[in-house]
Amino acid sequence: MLNQFFHDPLSLGVAQAIVATVMALVVMLIAHFARIHLEREILIALARAFVQVLAVGSVLLLIFEGPVVVGFLILGLMMLLAAQTASRRAQGMPQAFRVSLTGIVLGAGPVIVLMAWMGVIDTKLTVLIPVGSMIVANSMTTTSLALDRFRGEISSHVGHIDAALALGATPKAAVAPYTRAAVRASLIPRIDSLSSLGIVWIPGVMTGMLLAGSQPIDAALYQFVVMAMIFTVSGLASLISASLMSARVFSPAEQLVLRTGKGKR
Amino acid sequence: MPEITESRPQTDAPPVLETRHLRREVGGAVLVDDVTITVTQGEVVTIVGPSGAGKSSLLRLLNRLDEPSSGEIFLDGQDYRSIPPQALRRRAGMLMQLAYLFPGTVNDNIRFGPRQQGKDLTAAEIEDLLARVGLSNFGGRDVAKLSGGEAQRVALARTLANDPELLLLDEPTSALDESAKAEVETLLVEIMHERGLTCLWVTHDLAQAERMATRIMLMEKGKIVHTDLSKEEIHAQSVLS
Ligand SMILES: Nc1ncnc2c1ncn2[C@@H]1O[C@H](COP(=O)(O)OP(=O)(O)OP(=O)(O)O)[C@@H](O)[C@H]1O
Ligand SMILES: [Mg+2]
Repeated sequence: MLNQFFHDPLSLGVAQAIVATVMALVVMLIAHFARIHLEREILIALARAFVQVLAVGSVLLLIFEGPVVVGFLILGLMMLLAAQTASRRAQGMPQAFRVSLTGIVLGAGPVIVLMAWMGVIDTKLTVLIPVGSMIVANSMTTTSLALDRFRGEISSHVGHIDAALALGATPKAAVAPYTRAAVRASLIPRIDSLSSLGIVWIPGVMTGMLLAGSQPIDAALYQFVVMAMIFTVSGLASLISASLMSARVFSPAEQLVLRTGKGKR
Repeated sequence: MPEITESRPQTDAPPVLETRHLRREVGGAVLVDDVTITVTQGEVVTIVGPSGAGKSSLLRLLNRLDEPSSGEIFLDGQDYRSIPPQALRRRAGMLMQLAYLFPGTVNDNIRFGPRQQGKDLTAAEIEDLLARVGLSNFGGRDVAKLSGGEAQRVALARTLANDPELLLLDEPTSALDESAKAEVETLLVEIMHERGLTCLWVTHDLAQAERMATRIMLMEKGKIVHTDLSKEEIHAQSVLS
């Protein structure tokens, strides 16, 4: 309908963005009348999303034909920002930023490089950057989830951890059940989205390829590849960050030093 | 005030545990203040004192679950910092107020300590430990289905599986009802005699302190203010709220 009024793609895009924004504002109004006050957050989030996405679009436009190196540099920068975001969730945990960064870099890095080298991800920047960023973003959320859950598990099992230490367990052994629980919990969303792939949702890459006019089967296969990569990367990032963190919550004399929450002692 | 050495049951026995000017400070609060005590082989020393006196904090230092701000601890004359933490914690076994059993069976819990050193207890060894705490044939039970008294006895057997020379007890019966408490007390007395265990026992329960102790210490505001409280003095002082 809009394309009857707007003929060049840019003004059509802007018009679509305005319609989408208006709908979001309607939801905000409804929420307002239901006395759920999210106006500020919604407005800020909408504005941020709009500006960020436009900025990314412009950057992609600029580096469209740039060398592969630029792509990897951008992904590296994204990993830094991702680690910062993940470590904000893990506030109060020792060396959260370093742990998150290691998890994300060691999880996402090798997989992206390997996939690019094998040609699964095209090294054209228009493919490398969006697919890479999706992988980085997923390793970020998994890392946040793993660290957050790990902290929760520890604070509700301080007594058990002390008991295990008192029985001569190494710190690693004393927290092993909680490290495992954290990794497991962080991967549940990934497993769910893998197993509902195509049925409950047709995610980004496939949508994009379909919009761009690819064959549905090609789009579907590629989407599967991306999801499997995301799972691999998430698993690696979660395992690495949880196990690094599990060593850092103890003092050199093997005492549990992360004592938050109710079981303070 | 009686001489410390006077009523020690075995004055010629070597000290199993010695602390010198032990202190723990957390964020400006002094939890343990200048504690200098000696516990000799075979003694059962109870520590009584009001809530918040620092009794648990002291025991946690002795097991090295917490780090002292200053002071020294010697186990059999050996500076405890020179003993690897895991070995130290096996030698000075600790039993806490709550059992904190690990999910699984009773057997899994009994095996836990030795397994940390790569030792696997035989079925006979496990049964022997369980029999000691009056839980013969409980090995296959799920710990989630134990009563409080049973759980605490499993925790005791689990600590004994490490064959400690010193037993640190932090109100091990305070969560139990009278009959379960009496059971655990009786067991402990038998086991301590059998193994010649030395024992440091924190309790709120004065009657228990009198029943169990060869010597009673009083702790107040982080300090051990009496290292040998006579039974008359206990009654004279209304130290326990
Ligand atoms: N990690 C900690 N940080 C700050 N204060 C603490 C810490 N651990 C204990 N305390 C405080 O130190 C004091 C001594 O605590 P502790 O548990 O050793 O006393 P207690 O004699 O065992 O008491 P109760 O008989 O109630 O068990 C208390 O006031 C307690 O709140
Ligand atoms: Mg206490």
